[in-house]
Amino acid sequence: MDFEYSDEQRLLRESVARFITDRYDFEGRLRAMQAPEGWSRDAWSDMADLGLLGLPFSEEDGGFGGGGVETMIVMEELGRGLVLEPYLSTVVLAGGAIRHAASAGQKQARIPRIAAGELLMALAHQEPGGLRHGPDAGSSAERRSDGWVLTGRKIAVLHGATAEEFVVSARTNAGLSLFLVSASAPGVRVIPQRGYDGIPVAEVVLDEVATGNESLLGEDGGGAAVLERVFEEANAALTAEAVGIMADTLDVTVDYLKTRQQFGVPIGSFQALQHRCVDMLIQVEQSRSMAILAALSLSQPPAQRCLNIAAAKVQIGRGGRFVGQQAVQLHGAIGITAEYKVGHAFKRLTAIDALFGDADHHLDQLVAAGGIPPGNRGSN
Amino acid sequence: MNLDFTDEELAFRDEVRAFLAQSLPDDLRRKMIDRRHLEKDDIVRWQRILNARGWATPNWPVEHGGQPWSPAQRYIFQEEMALAHAPEGSPFNVNMIGPIIAKFGTDAQKARFLARIANIDDWWCQGFSEPGAGSDLASLKTRADRDGDEYVINGQKIWTTQAQHADWMFALVRTDSSGRKQQGITFLLIDMNTPGITVRPIETIDGGHDANEVFFDDVRVPVENRIGEEGRGWDYAKHLLGNERSGIARIGLSKERLAQLRRLEVELSADGRLTAGERDRLRRKLAEVEVELRALELTQLRVVAADAGEGGAGAAASILKIKGTELQQRMTELAIELAGPAGLAMPEEEESGAALEDGWIAAAAPFYFSMRKVSIFGGSNEIQKNIIAKAQLGL
Repeated sequence: MDFEYSDEQRLLRESVARFITDRYDFEGRLRAMQAPEGWSRDAWSDMADLGLLGLPFSEEDGGFGGGGVETMIVMEELGRGLVLEPYLSTVVLAGGAIRHAASAGQKQARIPRIAAGELLMALAHQEPGGLRHGPDAGSSAERRSDGWVLTGRKIAVLHGATAEEFVVSARTNAGLSLFLVSASAPGVRVIPQRGYDGIPVAEVVLDEVATGNESLLGEDGGGAAVLERVFEEANAALTAEAVGIMADTLDVTVDYLKTRQQFGVPIGSFQALQHRCVDMLIQVEQSRSMAILAALSLSQPPAQRCLNIAAAKVQIGRGGRFVGQQAVQLHGAIGITAEYKVGHAFKRLTAIDALFGDADHHLDQLVAAGGIPPGNRGSN
Repeated sequence: MNLDFTDEELAFRDEVRAFLAQSLPDDLRRKMIDRRHLEKDDIVRWQRILNARGWATPNWPVEHGGQPWSPAQRYIFQEEMALAHAPEGSPFNVNMIGPIIAKFGTDAQKARFLARIANIDDWWCQGFSEPGAGSDLASLKTRADRDGDEYVINGQKIWTTQAQHADWMFALVRTDSSGRKQQGITFLLIDMNTPGITVRPIETIDGGHDANEVFFDDVRVPVENRIGEEGRGWDYAKHLLGNERSGIARIGLSKERLAQLRRLEVELSADGRLTAGERDRLRRKLAEVEVELRALELTQLRVVAADAGEGGAGAAASILKIKGTELQQRMTELAIELAGPAGLAMPEEEESGAALEDGWIAAAAPFYFSMRKVSIFGGSNEIQKNIIAKAQLGL
């Protein structure tokens, strides 16, 4: 049992932390949010230069062979900066589907370009009128002699408007399957929207989109298993991002309580507020513990992996809501202004709970399994 | 980074498990499972079995009978003890006065007391709180006036756990009122058989008689029974409260209680004693507790690793007591909910012999009411938050 980072992991952490401190201040983030795309291409290219975009891909595929702990390190630091760029959508979600399901040729055409910051992708899975989360979809993919024809409507596609290519889930005769669909293919319509957390989303309409045989990602009917895996990785990543946000938000709040004067004293001298901060600290530490568990679980057998990550998502769903709400409350009116950081942190924490199964959803997973299995806790 | 125990640690766990399976008396185990009150003799008997194995005082310095265990081994030992339903030893003997004498005592005090403490030849109690000195402990007023080679004690202690059994008390007394209130406090060892001491029981809401008032009326204590220097008792007491980071969250106990609640849920559901709605809500509550307990276990392990110099997070130790006690209390809440009206009847004073069927029902209420104390003693959770806000957040 040890909780130390390796030398390489420590360097990774330092370099991402330095990127956030030196080149991703909150004012710059606000400017990027107001730009047409809603995020910064310069920052994206910085992240490519740092090697972050190829991190989780294997070295033979053109990546750096990082595992769960490396992604945790990156996501926590990106969380501290409330980073807007499409790391989750391109690297974790679409990239994850490619890692788990793509053929050698499909990988070769994409992973080096992703790692270089040249290819933006997005996962188009969620649908209107469906469950809030699950590995199923109502969109259809019909077999034709020369490929497939996809029809359906997707919502909440993270960074959908700037994606060059989508990973689309659709039902074939064999079951849920995944397809690689170019954003410029005839019949694809992308409607950009703003996410409340600053992350751009899009609605993607597929109107009899004809794709070639090579568009099938993984096995026909094998989509659900791939998505389950990708969602686990995404939830582990979001757990780490939430820890970075929560820890930073607690720091910002405690600093504010030390400087804000009322009744002639810093308001941090009031016990009611002090105790609230300690309650926030408890949630930060508990969440950090679960982020570590989630990251290390990714290399565990499925049952354990899935339930550990579900438990982590419950913790950060509940803990993130508490920290976000209390940070706003302790700041008073300044906390609800758009120019101040805590409100943005609160909104991002709210979105993180909503994505890929909220706390209640994952609690139900634990209930159905009758608890978290004992045994190995996971290692990396 | 990894969370797995090493092969050596796993071998140690097996050794502890085997010992507990062989050495823990069945009647004690049964009492623990049923949450029945342990008598003094029960605790003494088990302590002596542990002591014979050399495991009664693992947290003491090795030269005084401690074990050279790593923080991970201590954690494993505590967890296995709890999972096996083994009683905890007397905290006053093992975790409090033993380490204090080992660190601050004279050679004569070590020779006189330590082996007897480990074997509970002497039963110790703690004389800290007073009617006017609870959370504000340093305002204590029990006086110790020097008279030749003796101190003369006058005053009163309260909430003194198991003083009715005690042969000795370690106490904080005031030897000087002129300076800051933390100064002028002296740490004394008091023989409970000394004339002038009166112990009066306090009945608590769980129906128990573990708490007491202790009155001192011209009680004479030899100066040789003072720990360290006169007026420095507060420093020694603070050292004592900082002990035991590896066990403060009581993870093993809470795990064992959660497992029992899960078994009950299955049994009661099978017997048709829960409606479908009750069963579903109970299952969700159990899952919620399990998430928090899992997180706290990892937090505890991060602290254990930090103490062993393997990364981790020493600062996280501060939250262990608060969250650990909240979870212990939550388990007892769930048990009393499950017991329902059947749990109203208080258990008889002595239920010896075979375990009652549904023994958990009779124990649920006393256990629930009794466990309210864990967030109050040893520095209430509100005091803990004051300390964390100041020391860790700089507020």
